[in-house]
Amino acid sequence: MSEINSLLLPFQYEFFIRGILVSILVGAMNGMLGVYIVLRGMSYIGHGLSHAVFGGAVVSHMLNINMYIGAALWGIASSMIIGEVSRRTRVRADAIIGVISTAGFAIGIFLISSTRSFTRNFEALLFGNILGITDMDMLIISIVSIVVLAFFLTLNRMMLFTIFDRETARVYGVRTDLVELVFSILLAVVVIASMNAIGVTLLAAAIVAPAISARMLTNNFSRMIILSTVLGALTAFSGMYVSFFLDSASGATIVLFGAGLFAVLLIYTLLRRAYHTHSHGSMRHAHLHAHRGDHEHEHEHEHRSHTNG
Amino acid sequence: MSIMDHALPPPASTTATMISMRNIVYGYSHVPVLEGISLDVRRGEKIGILGPNGSGKSTLLKIIAGLIKPWSGSIVFSTTTTTTTTTTNSNRPVIGYMPQVESIDWDFPITVEEVIALALWKRSGAMPWSNRYAREKVSDVLEVLGMSRYAKRQIRELSGGEQQRVFLARAIVHEPELLLLDEPTSGADHHTREDILNVLDGLSKRGVTIMLTTHDISGVASRLPRVVCLNRRILADGSAKDILTQDNLLRIYGLVDSMRL
Repeated sequence: MSEINSLLLPFQYEFFIRGILVSILVGAMNGMLGVYIVLRGMSYIGHGLSHAVFGGAVVSHMLNINMYIGAALWGIASSMIIGEVSRRTRVRADAIIGVISTAGFAIGIFLISSTRSFTRNFEALLFGNILGITDMDMLIISIVSIVVLAFFLTLNRMMLFTIFDRETARVYGVRTDLVELVFSILLAVVVIASMNAIGVTLLAAAIVAPAISARMLTNNFSRMIILSTVLGALTAFSGMYVSFFLDSASGATIVLFGAGLFAVLLIYTLLRRAYHTHSHGSMRHAHLHAHRGDHEHEHEHEHRSHTNG
Repeated sequence: MSIMDHALPPPASTTATMISMRNIVYGYSHVPVLEGISLDVRRGEKIGILGPNGSGKSTLLKIIAGLIKPWSGSIVFSTTTTTTTTTTNSNRPVIGYMPQVESIDWDFPITVEEVIALALWKRSGAMPWSNRYAREKVSDVLEVLGMSRYAKRQIRELSGGEQQRVFLARAIVHEPELLLLDEPTSGADHHTREDILNVLDGLSKRGVTIMLTTHDISGVASRLPRVVCLNRRILADGSAKDILTQDNLLRIYGLVDSMRL
């Protein structure tokens, strides 16, 4: 009984319940958007945007502007510049992200280092402090979660068509530039809403890890979206919960749970691929064999009849 | 009832002009790939655009599809309801488009029926394949193309010819008036090529206007009622029998100049 009580102990604290709720919402939002990012082959954008908005947060703090507004404007401007430059020049998006986002981050570090008096205020932004979430943070994260859900319900079909076959999507009336712009803005907003909880230096993994874990579990887009959202929420919950007992940084613990889940699934996938059940004639069994391709595999021993490659 | 029976518009007059292009010029990096293209396409026509790599075939289809704006020239669409000189998609006929399959991301987690349902996105919910209308239309078109058994398969698991048929299915599932097909038989075996050409014959008889690019002179171009030979300019335009002469082919594929050297 006392063990159960100790497991439920964190839930006696209001700050922890608030932190758990926020971490679930943040994990789910990042998990969902991560699917689009991973399938677009632009995993670096999460890393880039989260770093870029840090500069906006510092500048807005110095100018006494609401941090969310300043960081949002900075993030949206960064994502639009990245998109436009990659469309209009021969420079690849990953290279542009590297320059623009790091420059944004550098501006923040430069201003902090040259004005040392408020350095401590930005530790939460850099590394996350989910237990320091305010009512305002909570409200913003809740609103952004609803916006992400609305995006999924209204624009998912267009986004999906755009990612899979952009050219044909345009012929079929999808305004691909507008859809991608809306997604970029939404991503910037989610990054900003998440940065207090996870920290800008750790956020990229929270975006990508659930999506690539889900991708290893399914070949179905619908299931991938659901799985990634659930895994994002689950790893965030787990990381937050465990951080209470370990007295560790919640953002880092959440990210480590995401990375750990990915590692476990990677090993599972590789083992399953090497050792899955298949048929030889009427005999169905499992044993270790090497794959030569998607539908061919070779065995260390020979069978009289093969029906599976 | 199949999609070929009820899903397409009734046969229309084949004498009415559907697309009228005048002096179209377009290029990449300031180098023109199309110069002075003037072409009239009548409703219900089936036209092959023949030419070597880099001759501007795909670019011409993209201009008609509204994917790129020409540097100069005009393109006028005459649908059953509107006639307009256009640089936008707003008054184009309903277009079915099939890109070159090389441009597709084959690792995308999507099944055959889901690929086809993307074309019906305007009438769907969050997932294009989630409503009954889309499922019925997709099932219908897969049956026409003899692909029903592949509906649940991942697109990357199919052979090149099967993938071509899936993209043809997506191009026709929303009942287009104009079909633009970029190399629809490239990589397809003889059987698949025949299936695709038979489906196109059926659509043409129903009044659908078809423009396709091809490298295949004997298997595809020679069997089309009209062939346009393109190599930056239109070098020949007429029936396959009149156009596919040795002299024309030498001119189209640039061998005359090299022979003179």
